[in-house]
Amino acid sequence: MSAILEVKNLKTYFFTKKGIVKAVDGVSFQVFKKEVLGIVGESGAGKSITGFSILKAIDPPGKIVEGKIVFKGEDLVPKSEDEMQKIRGNKISMVFQDPLTSLNPVFTIGYQLEEAIKVHNPEMSKEEIRERAVELLKSVGIPSPEKRLRDYPHQFSGGMRQRVVIAIALANDPDLVIADEPTTALDVTIQAQVLNLMKRLSQERGSSIILITHDMGVVAQMADRIAVMYAGKIVEIGPTEEIIFNPRHPYTIGLIRSIPKLSGKRGEKLYQIPGMMPSLLNLPPGCAFAPRCFCRTEICEKEVPELEKVGENHFVRCFNFRRIADDKQSCKG
Amino acid sequence: MLEVIVRRLWQSIIVLLAVSLLVFVMVYVSGDPVELLAPPDATEVEVAQLRKALGLDKPLHVQYIQFLKHALHGNLGYSYVNNAPAVELIFERMPATFELAMFATLIAVLLGIPFGIIAAVNPEKIHSRLIMVGSLFGISFPTFWVGVMLILIFAVTLGWLPSSGRGETVRVFGIPWSFLTIDGIKHLILPGVTLAFYHLALLVRLVRAGMMEVLLQDYIKFAKIKGVSRRKIIFVHALKNIMIPVITIIGLNFGGILAFAVVTETVFAWPGMGKLVIDSIHLLDRPVVVAYLMIVAVIFVIINLVVDLTYTFLDPRVRLK
Amino acid sequence: MKRLFKNETVQEFFESKEAVFGLILIIVLTLSAIFANFIAPQNPYDLKQLNLQNAYKPPGYVADGIRFWLGTDDQGRGVFSTILYGMRISLFVGIVSTIFSAIIGTILGLVAGYFGGKVDTVIMRLADIQLSFPALLIALMIMAIWGQGLDKIIIAITVVGWVYYARTVRGSTLAEREKEYVDSARVIGVGHLRIMFRHILPNVLAPVIVIGTVRIANAIILEATLSFLGLGVPVTKPSLGSMIASGYQVLFSGYWWVSVFPGIALMLIVMGINLVGDRLRDILNPKLKK
Repeated sequence: MSAILEVKNLKTYFFTKKGIVKAVDGVSFQVFKKEVLGIVGESGAGKSITGFSILKAIDPPGKIVEGKIVFKGEDLVPKSEDEMQKIRGNKISMVFQDPLTSLNPVFTIGYQLEEAIKVHNPEMSKEEIRERAVELLKSVGIPSPEKRLRDYPHQFSGGMRQRVVIAIALANDPDLVIADEPTTALDVTIQAQVLNLMKRLSQERGSSIILITHDMGVVAQMADRIAVMYAGKIVEIGPTEEIIFNPRHPYTIGLIRSIPKLSGKRGEKLYQIPGMMPSLLNLPPGCAFAPRCFCRTEICEKEVPELEKVGENHFVRCFNFRRIADDKQSCKG
Repeated sequence: MLEVIVRRLWQSIIVLLAVSLLVFVMVYVSGDPVELLAPPDATEVEVAQLRKALGLDKPLHVQYIQFLKHALHGNLGYSYVNNAPAVELIFERMPATFELAMFATLIAVLLGIPFGIIAAVNPEKIHSRLIMVGSLFGISFPTFWVGVMLILIFAVTLGWLPSSGRGETVRVFGIPWSFLTIDGIKHLILPGVTLAFYHLALLVRLVRAGMMEVLLQDYIKFAKIKGVSRRKIIFVHALKNIMIPVITIIGLNFGGILAFAVVTETVFAWPGMGKLVIDSIHLLDRPVVVAYLMIVAVIFVIINLVVDLTYTFLDPRVRLK
Repeated sequence: MKRLFKNETVQEFFESKEAVFGLILIIVLTLSAIFANFIAPQNPYDLKQLNLQNAYKPPGYVADGIRFWLGTDDQGRGVFSTILYGMRISLFVGIVSTIFSAIIGTILGLVAGYFGGKVDTVIMRLADIQLSFPALLIALMIMAIWGQGLDKIIIAITVVGWVYYARTVRGSTLAEREKEYVDSARVIGVGHLRIMFRHILPNVLAPVIVIGTVRIANAIILEATLSFLGLGVPVTKPSLGSMIASGYQVLFSGYWWVSVFPGIALMLIVMGINLVGDRLRDILNPKLKK
């Protein structure tokens, strides 16, 4: 299987008055055809910025300072705005977190959906576009699609709105869909529906998904591979089973532990990784996770570890991952 | 939707009544009302006769009812200074004021919106900064001074444009309009620009602020990610969102323009309602002032009503509850 | 004082060159007005000092031992001196009427927001009705009925202005009223008045300051406009507006300085206030913070 997207050493920095924020600091990964890659981490870890960087939708004071984004063999970084416009919404599309604010309140959803089609298919006739819009709404499970084309965003419920947004994202059969916290703003009961819808549609149409979320549970269900990000870097990446059942980075371990489990003992406190992610303006020297790590040593505070292979397709960025005890809660020697 | 219209209409009527009461109270309670309405040189007998004729010897609430009745029949007093019913005087001059106000509004809107958009899209560039500095000057100059300065530059020094009066008019539907003649337009320019000045500056700032806020919204980002061109994003997606409040502001500002017409008409000796009112205040021609206030109140209530309904109609979130 | 300068908001304020420029303008002009009698070469209100022969002399004219930097007006008053004294009137009227309307508006807003119900409805209806009419018209109405003069101008501007404060304060009060500290105070038995003024008021004051700053500018322009229309100050004590009016009448005779300079002075002070007000508003506006 070939990679449709290969991100190599991506660095996106924000040059603010208070200093340089290294939101994405040397991130590399691949996305293969028809797979779901989950990118997981706390807020501010740089996940969303990575997503936006792929589409080169970074506004000043942000800038992609280094790296390659190779999509189907072509590097996107040197491409002009006009060229990117042809790719956005067409070959690569994106779904945002809050469907209410993603949709323009003063236009019908029909208008917004048809626009997505028309912009990339100027030769299509009005009827053809209308037909396709109806078809898309049907495929995301919206009843009476012909009528609902004329409705406005506020006339839909949250879950329905997100389906519309997904329809827009899939309108031109993209090769890659970047989903940025697609279910965070939705009710828990709707979340599963929407996630399953996304997975099914992507399989049917052959598109890959990058699923960005802070919710380990979501990613465990949906993703084929998971990348864990912390303070602008990927600290662990590998197939989902590996990451979930054999996590090697202390941060990943912490994330998995903090998933609330129904099977736990009553009255057991929810686990929380102590401390907070540092401000990206003021990163400590060495490994960014060191201050919160239960297995840190001297070298962690001085140098930044590189990614090391742990298993088949499984990499970790940690000096001490070999010393983590089997109970995953303490450090050996 | 219908119930909204009915409700607003009802509210407007209440407002009108409240204003009429206010005007009535202020005028009739601040001193002898007969004094207001009698010619300055009337004798005691004439005053007493007038009092009886006007029913001013009756209790206050009866007087108020009478006042309202007269008002609804279009009788708002008689001007002794001009020897005509006050209402007639005002209606005679309304077209002139409206013409000036519409011209000024047109200038403000046709220049204000584009400049506001330009200043919002690239706020750091030099032309945006210039526009903002210009708008700052615009709201810092009092309207009357702008008029005086324009006269100084264009009429006195350069001699290009006339500094007073209305110019030739052409009658359409029995009403004289001056924008249909070259001479008329020449006379319209200076007062029109003067009147437009402040509101143009205000509009630029409002449009810029609104636009900048909208451009930060998620749906704009989403449109960009859909692959929509920058131009379309600004002029379709963003613009439609600020159009609703902008139209509201233009409508409400029209009231302000009508009010400031008073000043502009004075500076340029433009024969409109405003000049009439100022002259009347100086000449103590109270009936005209009262009539003006009532008529203007009606105009404003109508404007507010129209703006309210337009807003309700345009915003899909409100329209389709 | 040092603590004031270390305050984050104050620092943010000074980051803007425009705001600092505005502040300087305000300070310079206000000080000149206050110390007018020291700076001005002549006291234009003192009829004894005036010489009609000096009427309408151009800028730079020298007579009676005085250099008329900006020329003279119809009474032989030095324009420069008259501007300085006239600024006193403008500033006085502007600040006093703003303070009055701020006080009245804030109190009414607090009462409306705190008690709610009928009180709220009445006050807000009144405000809405008044807001649908332009300020100038309301001022004209008041002056037409009650006559002219400086005190009437102050009353008129006060009446025009209270609404803006009332609305904002009412909104904030409504929000604050739901907060816990109000409940705690009530439970202890603190009376309504005390709660309103000692507890809620400090929390709703910030927007009042922003509004007040800009309203001073509006008040100054309104006073100048009313004076220009001949509805304000007596002829012997001209304010900036009436100066411009008297100059207006002689424009075609070429005596331009009588109108131009007072206008520039007016414009400078208003611009200064607007610059400061703009910056204050930007700092305190949450919506523009990315």
